[in-house]
Amino acid sequence: MRDVAIIGIGKTAFGALVDRDLRSLGAVAVKEAIADAQIATSAVEAFYLGNFAGPSFVGQNHLAPYVATAAGLKGVPCTRIENACASGGSAFFHAWLSVASGAYDTVVAGGVEKMTSQATPRVTEILSAAGDMATEGAAGATFPALFAMIARRHMYEYGTTREQLAAVAVKNHANGAMNPLAHMRKVITLDQALAGRPVSDPLTVYDCSLVSDGAAAVVLVPLSQAHRYTSRGVQILGVSQASDNVALEEKPDITTMPALRQAARQCYEMAGVRPVDIELAEVHDCFTIAEIVATEDLGFVNKGDGGPFVAAGCSAIGGRIPVNTSGGLKSKGHPVGATGVGQICDLVIQLRGDAGPRQVARHRIGLAQNLGGSGATCVVTILGVS
Amino acid sequence: MNTSLPDGVVYTETVVRTPPEKYVEEAPYQIAIVDLPGAGRKTVRILGEYVTIGESVSFDSYRDDVPCYRRSADTKISQISNK
Repeated sequence: MRDVAIIGIGKTAFGALVDRDLRSLGAVAVKEAIADAQIATSAVEAFYLGNFAGPSFVGQNHLAPYVATAAGLKGVPCTRIENACASGGSAFFHAWLSVASGAYDTVVAGGVEKMTSQATPRVTEILSAAGDMATEGAAGATFPALFAMIARRHMYEYGTTREQLAAVAVKNHANGAMNPLAHMRKVITLDQALAGRPVSDPLTVYDCSLVSDGAAAVVLVPLSQAHRYTSRGVQILGVSQASDNVALEEKPDITTMPALRQAARQCYEMAGVRPVDIELAEVHDCFTIAEIVATEDLGFVNKGDGGPFVAAGCSAIGGRIPVNTSGGLKSKGHPVGATGVGQICDLVIQLRGDAGPRQVARHRIGLAQNLGGSGATCVVTILGVS
Repeated sequence: MNTSLPDGVVYTETVVRTPPEKYVEEAPYQIAIVDLPGAGRKTVRILGEYVTIGESVSFDSYRDDVPCYRRSADTKISQISNK
């Protein structure tokens, strides 16, 4: 396998973008990534697109060539990848694989979702299909309900509190308020977060990520070629994708995510680093409890200590390991298929030192973690600059 | 396939207040994952009073292939009152 570098990133704002359709969103991100990489569009040899539910949200299938052609790509293999909320991360993983393997030299990984053209009950129904529809969906479990059940059990086993969940939202909103591309650039207080409208007990609306439109893309080349295009290349030190059961009822312990732990273990091994070496992370906070579980399963803290970790400010900008300096899915927004690639873009922004007021002091090694469903797919990536 | 299920213990639960399209009329409602001795875990709908982790629940009925449970004490009371 060859070492691979990211030489260009492109990202639309995330939000309710009423005047943008799925195709133009995706095209904008891809074109921006190609321009940032300073390569010719004709140099791109393959395109992988993460998208969760274009057919349900906007009634369109065959999305990879649909987006690629709008971005000016011609004739190259274009493939859509669907792995629920980890669709973007999975597209990134497969793009990496295609370059690392030697199959291609220049590949674009993108992600896109257009969600806000549907009303909330319909969005809720579409998202619930990331779980097991025959059991969870039939019983009336929504996506927030699955994570609410994870939260309840985590609270029961480890004493995690409502205040600790809310601390994730407060932190991520504070970070997102400094991100010009974030969906909800609004600082919130702990009291506000605790008094949010109940969605699925114990989760309130402030525990849930946003329903957003948006797209993101990155350009990958072999590390040995990166210097030809840019002095600002970022190396992919490690990347791993792992899987697990879709239904929560099929897991022995829902407070931990085996796919996350497996992807993390493989990624740390590939990168030759330990959790203590990670200087910042973008983790998949689709719900506040998901960030708490992720910080535990990534090995930043011991199992059960994720709540105190965030509540003590250890994952704030300036803390031991800043987590979700972009605002996370909570504040930045969660256009499902774009999220995994967007996390990579946000890490690259930090590693390049371009994050402005939210820039962290140490930014040589960063980790991204993208989760699908309630844990059935996980992609973990470690990026580094020398 | 829709035979009666054994009594179980609540492993986790939530009350859904923002429902999917098809259950809009029913919200709020409680769902739970219950541990069933010898029959694994099942995602079920809770009928009647809300339950919490560790409580015993008894099988009530199937509704469209979804197993419905209720708090065990409830079941006993209803059985007594039916006599």
